[in-house]
Amino acid sequence: MKDNTPLTAKSMTAKSMTGASILWECLEREGVKTVFGYPGGAILPAYDALKGSKIHHILVRHEQGATHMADGYARASGQVGVAVATSGPGATNMVTGIATAMLDSSPIVCITGQVGSKLIGSDAFQETDITGVTLPITKHNYLVTHASEVARTVREAFYVARSGRPGPVLIDITKDAQQSTCEFDWEAAKPQLPGYRPDLSPEPKEYEQALDLIHNAKRPVILAGHGIIISGAMAEVREFAERTGIPVALTLLGIGAFPAGHPLNLGMMGMHGEAWVNHTIQEADLLLAFGMRFDDRVTGNLKTYASNAKKIHIEIDPAEINKNVKVDVPLVGDLREVLHELLPKVESIDRSEWLDSIDKLKGDAAVRDIQNLPDSGHLYAAHVINDLWRETRDGDTVVVTDVGQHQMWEAQYYKHEKARSLITSGGLGTMGFALPAAIGAKVARPEADVWVVCGDGGFQMTLCELATIVQEKLKVNIAIINNGFLGMVRQWQEFFYERNYAATPLLNPDFAKLGEAYGIRSMTVTERSQAVPAVRAAKEHDGPVLINFRVEQEDTVYPMVAAGASLHEMIRRPSKIVETAEDE
Amino acid sequence: MLNTYVVYVENKPGVLTRVASLFRRRAFNIDSLTVGRTEKPEVSRMTITVDADVDQAKRIEANLYKLLNVLLVENITNQPAIVRDLAMIKVAATHEARSHVLELAGVFRARVVDVAPESLTIEITGAEDKIDGLLEVLRPYGVLEMVRTGIVAMRRGKSSTGAPGTNSTDHDVAEEDVSHSV
Ligand SMILES: Cc1cc2nc3c(=O)[nH]c(=O)nc-3n(C[C@H](O)[C@H](O)[C@H](O)COP(=O)(O)OP(=O)(O)OC[C@H]3O[C@@H](n4cnc5c(N)ncnc54)[C@H](O)[C@@H]3O)c2cc1C
Ligand SMILES: Cc1ncc(C[n+]2csc(CCOP(=O)(O)OP(=O)(O)O)c2C)c(N)n1
Ligand SMILES: [Mg+2]
Repeated sequence: MKDNTPLTAKSMTAKSMTGASILWECLEREGVKTVFGYPGGAILPAYDALKGSKIHHILVRHEQGATHMADGYARASGQVGVAVATSGPGATNMVTGIATAMLDSSPIVCITGQVGSKLIGSDAFQETDITGVTLPITKHNYLVTHASEVARTVREAFYVARSGRPGPVLIDITKDAQQSTCEFDWEAAKPQLPGYRPDLSPEPKEYEQALDLIHNAKRPVILAGHGIIISGAMAEVREFAERTGIPVALTLLGIGAFPAGHPLNLGMMGMHGEAWVNHTIQEADLLLAFGMRFDDRVTGNLKTYASNAKKIHIEIDPAEINKNVKVDVPLVGDLREVLHELLPKVESIDRSEWLDSIDKLKGDAAVRDIQNLPDSGHLYAAHVINDLWRETRDGDTVVVTDVGQHQMWEAQYYKHEKARSLITSGGLGTMGFALPAAIGAKVARPEADVWVVCGDGGFQMTLCELATIVQEKLKVNIAIINNGFLGMVRQWQEFFYERNYAATPLLNPDFAKLGEAYGIRSMTVTERSQAVPAVRAAKEHDGPVLINFRVEQEDTVYPMVAAGASLHEMIRRPSKIVETAEDE
Repeated sequence: MLNTYVVYVENKPGVLTRVASLFRRRAFNIDSLTVGRTEKPEVSRMTITVDADVDQAKRIEANLYKLLNVLLVENITNQPAIVRDLAMIKVAATHEARSHVLELAGVFRARVVDVAPESLTIEITGAEDKIDGLLEVLRPYGVLEMVRTGIVAMRRGKSSTGAPGTNSTDHDVAEEDVSHSV
């Protein structure tokens, strides 16, 4: 029998669903395969509806961990990472991870449960005004009080998180909005963002001015930032550098955007950048800032920063223009698109004189480099990083670091050739980031070898996520650079507080035993000769491995530009140490 | 320098907080902020004055645009504009002072809106300096209470834009439209 009822357009696409089911359905349609979360009362309807979804939920041990995992997932893959938590304490535990993602322009969507809409404002059990709390640390946030708003909100949130300058978006959904039912129509739930304009592009005149500066510069430098990786402009930047012969200095978050082994790569700039890189910037007559935001750890004292250089700033966020450094030509737009405009018009110029003079700036840097000091039997963190690099450089390796001295040694001694092979918290400098972010990275890229490099201090901030690794059977390797100190703070005390080591020595647990308690294969390394075998053993073992590297306690990251000092005024490794080491 | 912005925003809950929070967060000091309806019900209009140099003024504009609910920002500082503030001033006006106060109000084209045995309440609309002027001459009589709305402003001449619509940019988020995912 034939049914002659005419199908309306609506009945073809719309069906009746709960807000909770719509949530998961929309996440699936946004391409989400995995979310990181932790349940509780106000988000329980959503958890209940999870059973009807193809999405894999990873149970974390602390909501901060969920946000860093979402962040690590995003940084490793370029896709939006998702974290879920309940209202009140669940939501406030996310604050650090949201702020971390905000400062490093990482696209994550955080979903929190909220008390019933009728209870809002009544100080109900576990009620926190999380949209109020996160207002200054999200790119945008939403409070959803009706099931009918869920679909459009999710679509907008994903679009906002990943477009333009990416960033975290939070969706707070009341319990009744999750429970109640409404017609679900994906097509009809199109984002409506009349005030959002993520795609700007420069004026033709500005391109001409930029080309003029480029062609007239004698001592130009490219400052390569995180925006290159976000934009996916690695090939364009390389072509630009090769065609123009302009050398490239990297920010911490720009590492990997330009191959470390490339002859035009100078290395990292800034507070712990190589001395010659900072000198090169100070002597330059043109800076080409590619997707970097002149952070204070990059510029040092602004009054003396590259004072003889003209500046071209290619940047997607107009609010970054002239924020810290006054620029001559701003090119506001997506870096990749801007470079596509510039590339056919740039001329190749012989820069050998400038490159030679940069080579001379290297001076005795190689002699001062701890790698080149004779082996004294001490285990230095720099050695560990160097060995780790040599053992893992050939594969598809992602190193996720925490914050502190080990982070800087990683940046200096691990030579990253590819984008998204280093994941680190730069802007907020969040200790405790590494372990959970590495979990997110591993989930995003299961084929990659993921290594955590973290300090003994920061590791203890989120070590509960070892359980998540085990529960999810993830192969993540963990290198603890154990110096018995909050090393980076100790270093500041050494330099600026007369070695008054207040509250920086750490009495640590036996990390190897701790790892074993979680069922993770663990070992302790105390001598350099053991480092390579330990790394190899970790690579070969098919579960997670933890290595406790007991390194030199009072080691120092050189060079260092003291906060507020000029970029060229660096504290260098004293030649006395160089000599003593030679005596040993 | 005092900059005057006209800011059109979506008429939604929490938008005022977002704008105010932005100024606090970026350490720009708001001199005055007014908000009200426009000719379109879905759009509200703010007049914001803030002390800023030229570079800061541009960054304020760029930062306002980063708020998703902000539809249009116009810096009308150096443009011919009508700028109005409204004040109500309650002045002590006993028998003998009363006629002087009334006279002063008349000179400033202000209106008396409430008369009580011991006081007069005067309403005045105008540019800020005009109101400052009236206040100054009234002060010797004793200003008991005063309230000002903060300024509202509008460009002179043929309407520049008026309130923008809210459904002008229907974001199509087809994959190719997302120019730069991370
Ligand atoms: C202990 C410690 C020490 C540190 N020392 C140093 C140091 O010595 N040197 C150093 O460099 N950093 C250092 N940092 C990191 C520093 O604080 C900053 O995080 C880092 O310099 C920021 O790099 P960035 O500007 O490249 O990246 P981000 O801060 O991520 O900025 C990226 C910029 O690119 C723009 N952008 C995004 N997408 C696009 C696009 N599609 N097109 C164009 N532009 C785009 C963004 O709007 C933004 O302005 C240190 C951090 C810590 C914790
Ligand atoms: C959450 C948080 N708290 C405090 C700090 C300040 N801080 C920066 S580095 C550092 C020391 C880190 O010590 P450890 O994790 O042992 O690493 P190390 O420097 O010794 O390599 C501290 C306390 C921070 N960055 N993050
Ligand atoms: Mg330490």
